[in-house]
Parts: sequence; C-alpha cells; structure tokens
Amino acid sequence: MVDQEREVMEAAMEAGHILLENGAEIFRVEETINRICRHYGIESSNAFVLSNGIFITSGSVMEESFAKVQHIPVSGSHLDRVAAVNQLSREVEEGRYTIEEVRGRLEEIRKMPGKTKKMQILGSGVGSGAFCYLYGGSLYDCGAAFLAGLILYVFVLYVSGPHLKKMMSGIAGGAVATAVCMVLWELGIGQNLDLMIIGSIIPLVPGVAFTNAIRDIADENYIAGTVRMTDALLVFFCIAMGVGMVYAVKQRLIIWF
Amino acid sequence: MIGQFIAAVAGTVGFSVLYSVPRAYYPYCGFIGGAGWLLYCLLIPTCSGPESAFFAAALVVVLSRFFAVKERCPVTIFLISGIFPLVPGGGIYWTAYYIVTDEVEQAARTGFSAVKVAVAIVLAIVLVFQVPQKVFKR
Repeated sequence: MVDQEREVMEAAMEAGHILLENGAEIFRVEETINRICRHYGIESSNAFVLSNGIFITSGSVMEESFAKVQHIPVSGSHLDRVAAVNQLSREVEEGRYTIEEVRGRLEEIRKMPGKTKKMQILGSGVGSGAFCYLYGGSLYDCGAAFLAGLILYVFVLYVSGPHLKKMMSGIAGGAVATAVCMVLWELGIGQNLDLMIIGSIIPLVPGVAFTNAIRDIADENYIAGTVRMTDALLVFFCIAMGVGMVYAVKQRLIIWF
Repeated sequence: MIGQFIAAVAGTVGFSVLYSVPRAYYPYCGFIGGAGWLLYCLLIPTCSGPESAFFAAALVVVLSRFFAVKERCPVTIFLISGIFPLVPGGGIYWTAYYIVTDEVEQAARTGFSAVKVAVAIVLAIVLVFQVPQKVFKR
C-alpha cells in the first residue's frame, strides 16, 4: 500500500513536470497533480508550483508521508505534450488506467517527438513572411522576410538554442535577423527594409512566456507570473538590442567607407 | 482584406508549428488568429491602436476558450498562437531603430504605444478569463 502511494505521488510529480516544462499555466499544473492524487485516493496531497520548480508533499494521520522537490528548468514549449498530459488526466479521472499504466503513458508523452527541425524552420519562414505582409509589406518584402525567417531559425536551432544563454540568444537572434535582412536588401531582394526586419524578428517573440505570465498573474500566482513576465520582457528587450546593435554598426560602416 | 486574413491565418499556423501544437488543431489556431486580425483591421480606421488590440484580443480569447471546451484541451494551445498577430512586434523594432538613430522623442513615443498595446492585450485576457467556464460549455 505504501508503495502504491509512492507510485501515485511520483506519477503526479512526473505529470506536473511535463506540463510545467512545456509551457502550461501554474494552475493547470497544480490541478493536474491534485486530480491524479485524489483519484488514486490520496487526500492529503499538497502541491506548490513555481515557474521553475514543483514541491509536493502528502501525509496525515491516515496516510504515509511523502515529500519531493523538483527543479524544472524551462526548456521548450511543446504544447502537444501539454495537450497529451491534459488528455491523460481526464482519462485518469474516468478511471481508465492503473497507476502503472499512467506512468507508462507519461513516459511515452515525455518521449513524444516534437516537430522536426525542417518543419520548425519552415514554420518560422512562413510566420515571418506572413507577418511582414500583415504589417504592410509588399510580396517582395514577404519573400525576403520568408528567407530571413528560415535563416534565423536555422541559427536559433543550431547555434543560439543549444549554446547561448537566453539574453544572449535574444540579442544574437535580433542581430542575425536584422543583418540578414540588410544583406538581402542590399542585394535588391525586398523593398522596405523596416517591414522585412519586423517580419523576421517575430519568431523570436516570447509568446508563451508572455501569455502565461499574464494568465498566472491573473490567477494570483504572482511569483510565477512575475518571473515569467520578467523573462518575456527581457527577451523583448534583448531582441530590440540586437536590432539596434546591427543598425549602429551599419551607421559606423557607412561613415568609415 | 482577404489577403490580410489569409496572411494572418498562415502566420498563426506557422507559429503553431514552432510551438508544436498538435496537427489536428492547426485549423482552429489559424481561424482564431485570422479572426482576431480581421477584427483589428476593421476597428483600426475608427479606434485607436490599443482599443482595437483590446477588442481583437478579447475575440481571440473568447474563441480560444470556446474551442478549448469543444475540443477538451488546454486553452493555451489556441491562445498563444492566436494572440501573436496582435503582439506589437513593430513597436519593438521602431523603438530600437529610433534609439540608435538618436531620435529620442520618437523612440519614447513608439515604445510607449507598444506598451499600451501590450497592456490592452493583458486587459482583454484578464477580463475574458474572468467569465465563468459554464458560459462556454453550451
């Protein structure tokens, strides 16, 4: 029986871990952990969730005590995993799984392949091109922004993602997007440099952090919300710095040559 | 206008791919992003930027919640990519540009208006999430 309880708590932690890591809101993480615990008969569980860590405990006169803390660095945002865990927790409530099966399913979800790199690069290109058009760019600008978006994401996936810290990758990303657009513009591809750059920096915008920050703060999860908001604002700021730096360098080059 | 709608749909779906949204939900994400942007375009001739962003964001959140209930999946999935067209990406760029070109007044103005748009989006999200879940369950 004690082993069973332990299994349940571990599974709940695992579910929370996957959710938090991949960009779910705090209240969803807490709710899922509690749902799993309650369903398997643990009434005394408590979860405290921050933006980068989960603390869970259980224990009362009737129930064995259990405590676990896990540090969870925010990695990516695989919303498909969030959806899968959410689905799983619904099915658990309907009583379809034993606890061993739940752990098996969680393991599968953790290993779910995300989108391939090719697809992500293409997505970034399409997004850049489309947003360039939304901001008033011509079709030539869109083509250029599409190209810049592709190149930018190759950079993000192979250089800044694995090797750079967040601030630096924001700055470098903004700089790469701007520089690529300038080169394309000098080559005569695209007409409005401004709109091309705006389109191509959009894939860097921290949409998940920003939206989740707002929702967490609205749910009165101030600590997690503030951390996520700081994260989002910092990235916004760094992108702007990257853009600005390239412009500054360009001005110098024009003066010197 | 149709071109704008299509571009917004394409852009939103593009970002859904970046955030690994399950493939089955692409049409919803695209539709939400397109609808939000369309409302923004319709309002912008008569309303200010932040006002238009507020109503468009509110529409995006309403639709996201509606589809989330319908598909029984987290609202985040629809919301994040749908809100994207409204995020003041241009504001970031112009602020940086004016700072570097030493036009401080312009920089302050564009920076401030980007913040206003962001606040409008925040307000819309907070407001619509206050509506009880029951409303969307019909």
